[in-house]
Amino acid sequence: MLAPAGIAVPRSVLCASAEEARTAFAEIGPCMVKAQVPAGKRGKAGGIRKADSPEQAADAAAASLGMEIDGHRVDSVLLEARAEVAREFYAAIMTDFPAARPLVLFSAEGGMDIEEVAAAHPGALRRLHVPLSQGLTQAAADAMLGGLDLGPARAAIADALTKLYRAYRDTDAELIEINPLALLADGSIAALDCKLIIDDASAERQPQLAALAAPENLTALERRGQAAGLKFIELDGDIGLLANGAGLTMTTMDVIAHLGGRPANFLEIGGEAYTKAEIALGLVLAHPRIKSLVVNFCGAFARTDVMADGVTAAWQKLKPDIPVFFSIHGTGEDEAVRIVRDRLGLEPYDLMEDAIQAAIEAAR
Amino acid sequence: MIYRKGQRVLVQGITGKQGSFWTGKMAECGTVIVGGVNPKRAGETHLGLPVFASAQEAMARAPFDIAVMFVPPAGARDAALDAIAARAAGLVILTEHIPAQDVLAIREAAAASATRIVGPNTAGIVTPGAGFVGIMPGHNPNIFQPGRIGVLSRSGSLGTLICLNLTRAGLGQSAFIGIGGDPMIGTTTREALAELDADSATEAVVLVGEIGGGMEEAAADYAARMSKPVVAFIAGRVSPPGKKMGHAGAIVTGHAGSYAGKRATLEASGVSVADTPSQIPALLRSRLSTSCR
Repeated sequence: MLAPAGIAVPRSVLCASAEEARTAFAEIGPCMVKAQVPAGKRGKAGGIRKADSPEQAADAAAASLGMEIDGHRVDSVLLEARAEVAREFYAAIMTDFPAARPLVLFSAEGGMDIEEVAAAHPGALRRLHVPLSQGLTQAAADAMLGGLDLGPARAAIADALTKLYRAYRDTDAELIEINPLALLADGSIAALDCKLIIDDASAERQPQLAALAAPENLTALERRGQAAGLKFIELDGDIGLLANGAGLTMTTMDVIAHLGGRPANFLEIGGEAYTKAEIALGLVLAHPRIKSLVVNFCGAFARTDVMADGVTAAWQKLKPDIPVFFSIHGTGEDEAVRIVRDRLGLEPYDLMEDAIQAAIEAAR
Repeated sequence: MIYRKGQRVLVQGITGKQGSFWTGKMAECGTVIVGGVNPKRAGETHLGLPVFASAQEAMARAPFDIAVMFVPPAGARDAALDAIAARAAGLVILTEHIPAQDVLAIREAAAASATRIVGPNTAGIVTPGAGFVGIMPGHNPNIFQPGRIGVLSRSGSLGTLICLNLTRAGLGQSAFIGIGGDPMIGTTTREALAELDADSATEAVVLVGEIGGGMEEAAADYAARMSKPVVAFIAGRVSPPGKKMGHAGAIVTGHAGSYAGKRATLEASGVSVADTPSQIPALLRSRLSTSCR
């Protein structure tokens, strides 16, 4: 990400075993051995170790490989040439959602996380909103650094910021962060660590980045949902729910909890996903603790007749051994209610609270 | 943006399945549709309406007030910039999953123009008795009835449920503004609240929010200054917290976003917060009977 943008990074080799690390040391020399996981605070978790010999590199790799950091297993380590660092800075470009502008953040104090820096050294933090149509010019980057004691490194830092901005635009990032951005003993600037948050919506035009994306920590069922294009989260309750739209789904969970029940899942089938009711039902029913099910549809864009058709067809096929309680309103409501009545012999509840109350009682 | 009777609407992407379906529903509801856009089918007639190559061409030949986008994410940026270049007064962006940096470009162009944006990822706006723009069941009399309650909602499905509850309770709506579920939207909670405050047909407001972001918190001090009562419902009380940009994100938004924080901020500003959607009508009635008007 950074090298093509023209930002120097330390020489490094990726290793998947202690033996590979031992061999790689010959090429890299004195180095840091960094656990490769999509999480921050690796140092605090013991995932970053120093190595001054092939043996130390192998030992550090052996210690890190297989450990878990923030729920992610370490499958590889990066041997990164140790540079002599004179100073550490912080630099990031991010999409400032409330302001709807790209935001450049720079701090003359780097190394720790930026919230701590902002609290400890508020005067060292600079922020600049950039007009997308103009981008970050060298002059604007220079001006942004005004008043900071950066010595002869100022021009090189301004240059690195403009390159980082370019990388942000080229990768469709939501956040691209270098921490630390280091001034090396030889006067050059290098990125010693980088974090990139990809905009999921840009995956289609950034296929190479989407392929690199860290796998999320998902359960087997959640992974099945993701493969089907559904946002499914397994929870620890026993009332399953199927609703359309994130807002209504969250509200259904809230009302289940308000009435004394515990939701078993979050599952959104709104938007373009509303035709996937059949797959969705299979996911909800596969939850091991589920004792009853609430189907709560309130159709705006999502047609309740299409969703009801999918759910009832799947219900007839899967023949689940639990009771189900419907509440259906909105686009396609009359047809949807008829489908549920004809196929399952069930009468949808007028109020979702009543459907939920019935489901909670049935689960007891 | 509140839809006003007689406002002329252009449908970008009118020839698609959803564009066609909802154009019919909007017209059925009284919305004035002047035509649509599809560059590949310019010059044709679709659903009895003229199809134009661009919003700019449409503005010259069939002037409109509001453009509504039934356009997939990859084409959303260009379609929005076209509507802005056409000097549309309003632009309703229904499209979900538009790349964030495309939304930045749309917002920057709109800021330099007179075009007001609702969305992206909105279900649209409804004025019962006048019409609707978007993908709401505005034509369903069980859900929407003319009245005096203004409703603003991030979610289309939840907004629909709440309007249904209001209608059941005999409380019709002066306007529904679906502001959209994305983190970066053209009309914020605060701006929609201000519009409903300024709307003479609105007596009280229902604010429907969700966990995440800081928009409800940012609207609270406006609500505190309003003479009209505001009742809120915030979805997500028991939901796991959503994705954030970590510490860098917190630099921008602080630690806003939790259910408890939103509820406390709104209540401190005199907003009544309902535990469930079905409590909203009773809260409105008690606030309307005690407010000085």
